[in-house]
Amino acid sequence: MTNASDVLLSGSEITRRWGGLVALNKVSLELQRGTVHAVIGTNGAGKSTLINILSGEIPPSSGQVELLGQDVTNWSQPRRARAGLGRSYQRNTIYPSFTVLENCRLAAQATVQKPWAWWSDAQQCTASMAQARASATRAGLDDLLDREAGLLSHGQKRQLEIAMCLATQPQVLLLDEPLAGMGAEETERMLTLLAELKSSHAILLVEHDMDAVFRIADCITVMVNGTVIACGTPDLVRNSPEVRVAYLGEH
Amino acid sequence: MKSSKSLFVVAAFVLLALFPLMAGQYGVDLVTKIMVFAIFALSLELLVGSTGLVCFGQAAFFGIGAYATVLLTPQDGAPSLLWLLPACVLLAALYALVVGALSLRTKGVYFIMVTLAFAQMAYYVVHDTPLGGGTDGIYLTVKPVLGTLLDLDKPQAFYGFTLACLVGVFGFLTLLLRSRFGRALAGIRVNEQRMRATGFSTYPYKLAAFVISGGIAGLAGFLFAVKDGFVNPELISWHLSGEVLIMIILGGLGHLRGALIGAFAFALLQEFFKSEAIFGEFAKHWHLGLGLSIIACVALLPRGLVGVPGQLAARLSGRLTGARGAASQEVPHD
Repeated sequence: MTNASDVLLSGSEITRRWGGLVALNKVSLELQRGTVHAVIGTNGAGKSTLINILSGEIPPSSGQVELLGQDVTNWSQPRRARAGLGRSYQRNTIYPSFTVLENCRLAAQATVQKPWAWWSDAQQCTASMAQARASATRAGLDDLLDREAGLLSHGQKRQLEIAMCLATQPQVLLLDEPLAGMGAEETERMLTLLAELKSSHAILLVEHDMDAVFRIADCITVMVNGTVIACGTPDLVRNSPEVRVAYLGEH
Repeated sequence: MKSSKSLFVVAAFVLLALFPLMAGQYGVDLVTKIMVFAIFALSLELLVGSTGLVCFGQAAFFGIGAYATVLLTPQDGAPSLLWLLPACVLLAALYALVVGALSLRTKGVYFIMVTLAFAQMAYYVVHDTPLGGGTDGIYLTVKPVLGTLLDLDKPQAFYGFTLACLVGVFGFLTLLLRSRFGRALAGIRVNEQRMRATGFSTYPYKLAAFVISGGIAGLAGFLFAVKDGFVNPELISWHLSGEVLIMIILGGLGHLRGALIGAFAFALLQEFFKSEAIFGEFAKHWHLGLGLSIIACVALLPRGLVGVPGQLAARLSGRLTGARGAASQEVPHD
């Protein structure tokens, strides 16, 4: 199953200190195409910090990040994004005053930026428009294309987060709690979507919904206070005594 | 709705084109000045309303354009518009490149302060060095010409040229804002973090907007210098940076026509309160009247003067509460 060429993103020995606090302590992980790799842990375990470092939003204190076989530790976040790394945010990070379609189109535009073409209408940009429509359809937002994004329901905004992420045509997806605050039906739809996306992407999933995580993840990393205490298949993690003590709350 | 907006702009430009036929010397002179400020306001609208960068040093680019006009004009004979105008625009844009490159590394209130500091630097350079002629300023001896085609010394010709520049700038910005570049600026205004996460290197975008804005402000400065035939350090002072900011807020941020309306409203309010025919003795306290009316406008019209038709319509259909709710939201660019 492990094939080196299929590792799309890897972090090795990533450490992040905030003053005296060690938010991440030598965390290593690998994301392979065709798998969902879940990261679970209590609040403050360092999950979001890990996503922020992998996506390039903040630099690590030490450690290395590799994307598609290249060392990207010193790359800026936009450069990593253009190289195929997409992320969604825990709190909705959309453009509330734009329509759903324009949210997706602007994200897609990142792959065809052409900023010098000041005379040509962005709405006529066929490449970004096609990608935008395709990703909105994929995330199930077909009927809402002309709706102002700020007026969407919470669950629809989470779908839009994913659609915007897909519009940039990434190979790696870093999803920060995509199921947070979603109803049962919306959760089902999102899990179906993730299962579809899995075949062509490497997905990192940070999530609190344990039922969902154990259903969809191929590999789970458990973090406590910035340190990885277990990593492996769902079965392995479920039966690990350390995890039970530290996280699942069973003694 | 969209067509009514473009209809308004076209009608405004047609009226401006017809205006000299019915107005006297004073009116033509006043409207020329207002159109110059409208170009200046449009330059700032690109930064504040479209990109979300509150620049408080816009007068620097205006002043540099104006000073460059005077300083580059040779002693002997009228210079050609063909090189003088681009040279002034380029110099202003160049200063904007330097200021932008440094100030865009900061955010929020620090950005406001750094742009102000750079403008004050330029102010003191012309104020305190022999280059700028000190507080007295410098006179422009000969005005630029375009062969025998255009003599900018004639008020009517200068009016026409200024109007052409205004229409040109308005058209350029309209195209720019609907292009991919413009949409990226809008994205930066609404959510820069997301733009970066999506793959846009936002710094070059903001810097490009800054340079374009500086160049347009330089064009306004050029026109101002040629119109008055005179420049002084007041053109770079922070008062002017503040005034142009008030113009675009008064008109309504996030709309190009807001800058246009704001420039006219501000200048006309100023004329109104300065008028001794109306206020008599009190006219010398015109700052008070102007200030109070601006406070009233901002308090009553949160979306600026462009929002007035919408607010009226909402009031007429009895949905005032809805309008208030919408007013607090971010206004989309059109």
